[in-house]
Amino acid sequence: MAAPATAPKRPRGGSTTAQSAENRGRGPRQSIMSRSAAMLVMGVFTLYFLTPIWWLLTTSTKTGGEITSTAPLWFTANSFATFFENLGRLFTYGDGLFGRWLLNSALYAGVGALIGTVIAAMCGYALAKYEFRGREAIFNVVLSGVLVPATALALPLFLIFSRVELTNTMWAVFLPSLVSPFGVYLARIYAAASVPNELLEAARLDGSGEVRTFFSLSTRLMAPALVTIFLFQFVAIWNNFFLPLIMLRDQVLFPVTLGLYAWNSQISQIPELRSLVIVGALVSIVPLIIAFLALQRFWSSGLGAGSVK
Amino acid sequence: MRAHYGKVTAAFAMISALALSGCSAGGDSSEARGEAAPCEASDGPVELTFTTWVPGMDKVVDLWNADNPDIQVEVQTGPNGNSGTYQNFFNQIQAGNAPDLGQIEYDALPNFRVQDGLENLAGCEGVADAEDQFVDWTWGQVTFGEEDAVYAIPQDSGPMAMYYRADLFEQAGIEVPTTWEEYAAAAEQIKAEGSYITNFPKSDVNWFAGMVWQNGGQWFANDGESWDVNLTSPESEEVATYWQDLLSEDLVSTLPSFSDEWNASFNEGQQWTWVSAVWGATTLSTGAPDTAGKWAVAPMPQWEDGGEAAGNWGGSSTAVLKGSEHPAEAAKFALWLNTDPEALALANELGGLYPAAKSAADLESFAGGVEYYGGQKIYEVFSEASANVNPDFTWGPTMTQTYTDVSDGFGAAIGGSGTLMDALENGQQKTIDSLESQSIPVSE
Repeated sequence: MAAPATAPKRPRGGSTTAQSAENRGRGPRQSIMSRSAAMLVMGVFTLYFLTPIWWLLTTSTKTGGEITSTAPLWFTANSFATFFENLGRLFTYGDGLFGRWLLNSALYAGVGALIGTVIAAMCGYALAKYEFRGREAIFNVVLSGVLVPATALALPLFLIFSRVELTNTMWAVFLPSLVSPFGVYLARIYAAASVPNELLEAARLDGSGEVRTFFSLSTRLMAPALVTIFLFQFVAIWNNFFLPLIMLRDQVLFPVTLGLYAWNSQISQIPELRSLVIVGALVSIVPLIIAFLALQRFWSSGLGAGSVK
Repeated sequence: MRAHYGKVTAAFAMISALALSGCSAGGDSSEARGEAAPCEASDGPVELTFTTWVPGMDKVVDLWNADNPDIQVEVQTGPNGNSGTYQNFFNQIQAGNAPDLGQIEYDALPNFRVQDGLENLAGCEGVADAEDQFVDWTWGQVTFGEEDAVYAIPQDSGPMAMYYRADLFEQAGIEVPTTWEEYAAAAEQIKAEGSYITNFPKSDVNWFAGMVWQNGGQWFANDGESWDVNLTSPESEEVATYWQDLLSEDLVSTLPSFSDEWNASFNEGQQWTWVSAVWGATTLSTGAPDTAGKWAVAPMPQWEDGGEAAGNWGGSSTAVLKGSEHPAEAAKFALWLNTDPEALALANELGGLYPAAKSAADLESFAGGVEYYGGQKIYEVFSEASANVNPDFTWGPTMTQTYTDVSDGFGAAIGGSGTLMDALENGQQKTIDSLESQSIPVSE
């Protein structure tokens, strides 16, 4: 959810401070009108994106009854205590099921994104740096993969996994998460731009094998792009919902998105779940926020550098 | 996990060899319609899987597992039926790896029947004899009126009655309505007091169906050959016109059901009645906590003075899905689950189910007064309503589509374009189109 919202903003905002300072000196001066108009637009969008999160925050500090009877965007007198009470109930409800879901999500998204990034990097690097017959054809096929929504593939994947009796296992969600056509695309573009052929020649002359060159030299040069791919992949897997919905039956295997959805669909039967779903939703976005804040620096410089060269 | 390594490699191979070859994972072709398959017990211990979304069902099943070491049941929970579980059942039936048992609501059963997704349990031991143990109309829902056929065991039901604010009616000196005519008159008086008599739930078409059901209407009928679609019968029209009048005069509110504002409206005393199912008792008590002790329950208002008819809203069954290798054991478990007093009591306590079994009336959980309703023994009202539900009501095979189309029309009618009756007429046509497009025979 967070990725598409922030992605277009980053490269313009944070990435190229040095460069934009330069522009300001040289280019035509922006009028106060256009600057304040820009600020206004950004302000409105910021408000638009942050209000639901603010609502989530305030609402998670309320009991089930208070959700409907108090001001929606503000806290209540005993918000602090209620919040921790809600948290406590969240992690104890159904024998600590929610904690299990968080761990599952962390596993699917963390390990999945890590391996997915390595695969995408190797693939993109090979497409960028080695000339072989059918290179462009392969690249185009991968590229067309970007256009196919993951949702459309869920059902065919289910039928395939049914054949090999892997539905309702962790593998059913994990394996399809490993591939990222967009990652391959990005890795290729970035490798072409940031890994000089001369450097590779030098490494070869020094007797370094191709695999060693890739892991010890090229990955370092590609690091910013790899962080970007990792983040995209992490967010995509963390927010993935349809695939687990189709593949999994055992709620012990659910990722947090599907778990919350299942709870939400039962609210009319067990109304006490209402506040748990809300607190759960808040908790479930925390890892995404942490991942973004921690990796933001690398990421922005990555996109920026790629665009300059 | 280790045992899976081989399979994982296989999966990789399959994916890389993808080529999307249509992948028609075909199950065995269906048997002839209406024939009860022989239902023989398996040798040795059996493991069954059971997919449900009723909270606490795993605890109920633990009772069974402790007493039946040879038939162990594993519970798998997911989102409720229309939120994905039904679609998963269909996918799994197609792929041949469906759970042995699944929870299916009555209005979705015909869809599974038409797609040949249910095992006929009539030949299984004890099933045919169990008819007496269930409320009449619920048994009709699982047999579809076919001879020698039982496609599921009734689980719970949603007989309807009228929740009302006893205190407000008394203060205002308004008689609690017993007929729909009185109800409309009361609506005007309540509007004069600045409140609404109730909320019209535009997206709960199954609630509306419950109203038609009470009025003796029929939306679908199946003679074994083809489907008769009749959303626009005189009974439906009477109900539609009635609510259309209330809507046109702004005597009922139109909040989205079960939303926060809907809860708030009940909590703040803006709503004086709610004609709803037995399971609504908990919805109300948790959604409107500030009004505790002020509510009471009366039978549904009647179309004819002195009538006793009741509608039904919701309820589900335990079905044995096509492809189960152990239908006999699965049927045995399903019967126990839905008739054993201990199981029924626990399912009510943890999952809020109101059993379809007649013995429900004897359960302790339904015997006493309920504090939220001023100590009234509300379940006596519902138990009586349950006995007065027309046993012949039939659901169609494409209810999800019918609900969506009618609900869209209801929304438009509330927005001022068209009427509820227009919505039903449109829903009627769309349903016929949908059936025909799936090659399901429709009688004109």
